[in-house]
Amino acid sequence: MVTVYIDGKPYQVKAERNMLDVCLSLGMDLPYFCWHPAMHSVGACRQCAVKQFRDENDKKGKIVMACMTPAAEGTRISLKDPEAMEFRASVIEWLMLNHPHDCPVCDEGGECHLQDMTVMTGHAYRRTRFKKRTHKNQYLGPLVNHEMNRCIQCYRCVRFYNDYAGGRDLGVFGAHDNVYFGRHEDGVLESEFSGNLVEVCPTGVFTDRVLKKQYTRKWDLQTAPSICVHCSMGCNIIPGERYGTLRRIRNRYNGEVNGYFICDRGRYGFEFINSPERIGEPYLSSGDVPSGDILLLSGKEAGDAKILKGRKILKEGEVLPHLRAVIGGAKGIIGIGSPRASLEANYLLGRLVGPENFHPGFSAAESVLVRQMVSILSDGPVRTPSLKEMAHADAVLVLGEDIPNTAPILGLALRQAVRQKPMERVIREMKIPQWHDYAIRDAMQEERGPLFMATAAGGRLDGIAAGVFHAAPDDIARLGFRVARALSPNAPPIEGSFTEDALSFADRAAKALREAKRPLVVSGTGAGSLAVLQAAANVARALWEGNRNAALSLVAPECNSVGLALIGGPGINNMGIKDAVKAVAEGRADTVIILENDVFDRLDLPDVQALLRARQVVVLDHLPNHTISSLHAGCVVLPAAAFAQGSGTLVSSEGRAQRFYKVFNAPSGRTAESWRWLRDLLVDLGRPGSESLFSLDEVLSAMGREFPAVRGAVEAAPAADYRIEGMKVPRQPHRYSGRTAIRADIDVHEPKPHEDADTPLSFSMEGFEGQPPAPLTSRFWAPGWNSVQSVNKFQSEVGGPLRGVDPGRRLIEVTGMGRVSYFTDIPGPFTPRADEFLVVPLYHVFGSERLSAMSPGIGELVPPPHVVLNKTDAESIKALSDMKEARIDFGFASFRLQVRPDPLMPRGVAGLFPYGFPGLHGVVLPAWGKITAPENARREKEEK
Amino acid sequence: MDNRTEKKREQKPLTGSFRADGKPLDIFEYEQAGGYEALRKAVKSMTPRDVQEEVKSSNLRGRGGAGFPTGQKWSFVPTGEGAPIPRYIAANADEMEPGTFKDRILMENSPHMLIEGMALAAYATGAEHAYIFLRGEYVTAARALEGALAQAYEKNYLGKNVLGSGFSLEMHLHLSAGRYMCGEETGLLNSLEGKRAMPRAKPPYPQVSGFMGKPTVVNNVETLCNVPHIIRNGAAWFKSLSLGQDGGTKIYGASGRVKRPGAWELPMGTTIREILEVHAGGMRDGYKFRGLIPGGASTEFLIEEHLDLAMDFDSLQPAGSRMGTGTMIILDDRTCPVGMQISLQSFFARESCGWCTPCREGLPWIVHTLNSIEDGKGEMEDMDLLLDQARLLAPGHTFCALAPGAAEPLMSGVKYFREDFERHIREKRCPWPME
Repeated sequence: MVTVYIDGKPYQVKAERNMLDVCLSLGMDLPYFCWHPAMHSVGACRQCAVKQFRDENDKKGKIVMACMTPAAEGTRISLKDPEAMEFRASVIEWLMLNHPHDCPVCDEGGECHLQDMTVMTGHAYRRTRFKKRTHKNQYLGPLVNHEMNRCIQCYRCVRFYNDYAGGRDLGVFGAHDNVYFGRHEDGVLESEFSGNLVEVCPTGVFTDRVLKKQYTRKWDLQTAPSICVHCSMGCNIIPGERYGTLRRIRNRYNGEVNGYFICDRGRYGFEFINSPERIGEPYLSSGDVPSGDILLLSGKEAGDAKILKGRKILKEGEVLPHLRAVIGGAKGIIGIGSPRASLEANYLLGRLVGPENFHPGFSAAESVLVRQMVSILSDGPVRTPSLKEMAHADAVLVLGEDIPNTAPILGLALRQAVRQKPMERVIREMKIPQWHDYAIRDAMQEERGPLFMATAAGGRLDGIAAGVFHAAPDDIARLGFRVARALSPNAPPIEGSFTEDALSFADRAAKALREAKRPLVVSGTGAGSLAVLQAAANVARALWEGNRNAALSLVAPECNSVGLALIGGPGINNMGIKDAVKAVAEGRADTVIILENDVFDRLDLPDVQALLRARQVVVLDHLPNHTISSLHAGCVVLPAAAFAQGSGTLVSSEGRAQRFYKVFNAPSGRTAESWRWLRDLLVDLGRPGSESLFSLDEVLSAMGREFPAVRGAVEAAPAADYRIEGMKVPRQPHRYSGRTAIRADIDVHEPKPHEDADTPLSFSMEGFEGQPPAPLTSRFWAPGWNSVQSVNKFQSEVGGPLRGVDPGRRLIEVTGMGRVSYFTDIPGPFTPRADEFLVVPLYHVFGSERLSAMSPGIGELVPPPHVVLNKTDAESIKALSDMKEARIDFGFASFRLQVRPDPLMPRGVAGLFPYGFPGLHGVVLPAWGKITAPENARREKEEK
Repeated sequence: MDNRTEKKREQKPLTGSFRADGKPLDIFEYEQAGGYEALRKAVKSMTPRDVQEEVKSSNLRGRGGAGFPTGQKWSFVPTGEGAPIPRYIAANADEMEPGTFKDRILMENSPHMLIEGMALAAYATGAEHAYIFLRGEYVTAARALEGALAQAYEKNYLGKNVLGSGFSLEMHLHLSAGRYMCGEETGLLNSLEGKRAMPRAKPPYPQVSGFMGKPTVVNNVETLCNVPHIIRNGAAWFKSLSLGQDGGTKIYGASGRVKRPGAWELPMGTTIREILEVHAGGMRDGYKFRGLIPGGASTEFLIEEHLDLAMDFDSLQPAGSRMGTGTMIILDDRTCPVGMQISLQSFFARESCGWCTPCREGLPWIVHTLNSIEDGKGEMEDMDLLLDQARLLAPGHTFCALAPGAAEPLMSGVKYFREDFERHIREKRCPWPME
């Protein structure tokens, strides 16, 4: 700590900071543009000018940029110095020479940092009489809009896009007062983080193109804190609603999780929620598709209105009696949970059907993997780190997981991690402060810390990796076991030969990890391989023996996979959902309740058919899917609220329980959160204890009593009765407009606001206007700071935790000596088969997660599906050499796909890309399949 | 002028050996004139520290305009055990300062002098790589340097194990794509790395974190050309060449309506009047002297009363100006001072890299305003605006020295020629007839 003087007053501050950071952390208002709390100082915009004095006798002082001035002992600056104030106003005047006065039609208006800073400096009068310079705009794809005339050349966009997020297709062109930020030509921005430009840009150059379709000002959006459901990382988000539709998603800062950024899948994947095909009413299926003859429908057909034809809508008052009858007449009920549904919904389904009949809804393979994953994290000795910690790792080994596509924000963290080692060197040797980003990057150049990537196919992080290795899952696992053995003699020895590439990779990776201060091992369920997970655990354990700072992060498949595993009970076994199939097939159950799950994704086709042959199937979900369209007549479909239409708790890969809150009520009026449907049913059936399961809090406490592993989930956010000065926290901002007119076309009487008994939030603009506790923060907004930059005002210090503590409660902590010892089940080397390929999933950030892929903006970016084969393999299937398509046959199902030869793909392995594409149903990967040329197949058929 | 001064004026270490036909000295001619003796001496009998010390005590100051002591600059390079490698030397040959052509003369006539100077600088700082960052338009100099580099490699003045000494140096010629900012030493380094020619934030200085993040010394061509002479003849000799405190000679230049525009190597500290009246031959007939900017475009105007000041790094400060590159541009009475300002300011506005706000936005505003005045559309408030802008573009307010450099002739130009500006505004026209 050092003492600095700001306008004559002494302050104790951290020495490693700069004076802009210091002033903002102290809550002062000092305008800035080019500085960004995650990207630090470059000194370009000159907006944070202050007067610096040598000592107390220096009365003249000189203008310096606060962002470039270190907080050294005795530093004296003045914000109020007239010369400094004049200069700051002049900077705005310069920027305004060319900035269009189009605020009323600009999407940024009302939450524009440039507006805020203009007001803050007091510049108001336009002196220039000359023309403004103009630029042409570019088409940058469906997600981000470009309006270059508004640019104030802060350089933040390229610094984020290229320097921070590793993009390559956004650049600076031109010079002097004709600087242009864009692509070399019109085209879709390539980075999966492009949407952050919307928040990084201090004005309206980059705006949200999806929001533009149904534009709403920030002050008119009803918002609530939420959690992204499109992968397992648990990024914190703020969805905003108006007129019953979700309009946009903004990042919600969480210092431990996503920090300042989210990926485009998270930002733009929400549109499915507004789909006209949403299930809006409870109904009985028409059974147009007879069971026993289930077809593989394309994604489009699945969503077709025809499946709704002939269905029977259940009126108010009919639903519970019907369900009561279904359950009353059942000869055994099983419940199938969902890794994308809340803890609460899964728990209540378990309550309804009984623990022995509750199946978490994982495929058999997933069940094995998730169970292993949770066991490694809970019982092993190595800590699972937060995303923030991972961004600070100084050596990383990735085993089997295609991070940029399965956990994009973790990819962004790893991009920061590779900077750590060289950055520490530069800071140490050259005495450059860490916040001096420009100098740090110049000094570091292209030097990167160790990142070792072992994955099935090439990926976007390969370019920054010190070593890459592409192999079949078993060989990746073997590589991991080898690294573990190199790190510790206690790790099991590994037999069999390795290629030279593998040996060199393993030795270098082991050396880098051993030498690191904060080594990190990353793996996950994406490779579909238990051996890969176990190998990662062994590496982490071997590291941990010598370094207690070693960390192990495992990526789960979906937003609540970990939570579901913690409350899965006996259903978390090696069979997964196949247990349920067995129960139906054996006649132990004739009724199935499926919670927010498409069983086509979890089971091979014959098993799906067996399951859906149950006498009665009840499905709770948002949108028609293959399960719903395959229901036989009389099955019940209940409209379930999607994430922003309900409240609940999810557990991320980190094991962090986080609460998401209902942003708005689904417009249909008959849609309810799945847990609420299930609660109503429990109450209706008069089940014991159901009377004390009324509120979300009660459900959470009951769950915690039953499953101690998730007891902490209660603490993820304040209880429903939490009040500040007796008030609830409003979802609507203080400037929300049109409250009395918004429904005037329907009814001139203003309706009573929706009650929300489950949370401390209200559907109103009335309530506590100050800063609520972090988990209840519905928007970042502070006096004078209307833009997202106001997040500074919500943090305990700039870039630090939100006031109080960053939201979420970690449920999984290591307890010292782990019970899990080294895994010894080492697979043999992968051997390609003569007549079959090991078909593995290859992911893409857009397309491999179904809900987001149903959003038009993201949907446009889903790459066309194809099968990736090693070039030699592709050529060896003789007929393929002049064929573009291949037939992949799993016996019970087959697909025709374009072939893409890839020299990086291991021999004998075929990748389906992007895994999760529409039409890919009823096959659980990895699986062995035959790959033939379709023409051959046809000829064979003819010969028969 | 006393005899001592007269004698000093005869000493022309930089230009004395030039061929009369303007062709570059080849390596034999250069060697005959004592060339590469300094390098031989240094690598055979001096330690790198000795070379640094010799240059330090010679009082050689940077000839690029800022006048930073060269030996001191070199001493900031970390050397010895564990110091970062590789280290680099770069010759700033991106001579783009308006009115300045001294480095061109040196490179076109005696390319080996630069090469030897760079080799000595590399030896003194332990650099293994050297880059000549040459202005792209300097085609003649490029040819001369290319030829000279080949010869120097052939004779092992460059390359591995120079003259059997164990010292190795690779030297590369790089032609600039042409931005004024490339002449700023850190802009030069960015450009050399293939990045936008934007200045870097200092500290850290290039001597610590320069080209590719490694220790780098960037010296002006004229500075480097002095080094062989200092090493060959000693620091005391070098100091004795000067009329003032700073060592050596200086290539002064004059352009504008003088009888003999050109450049002359003279003792450091020669008066402006001598350069103007003796060497440049005074004003052309029919033109009267009104003022001058002494060293490139980014220095303050001087007028008649300043002519007896010595042109060196310190003597012009009391008059509010500085020597800069020492190549003066003269304003005569038949040239519109507003028009001259437009030329200057348009240059600076165009060459702004676009990184920091005051420079990127302020300079074009100045140009628009000046054009408006020149076109007879000016308003009296414009005078305040120009002075405001010049004041706001002060050193430290901007990221680098470009805009403050532009403000210098503007501020002083308005000060000395205000009446001419106001006449434009009053008469709503430019009072100077088109020539």
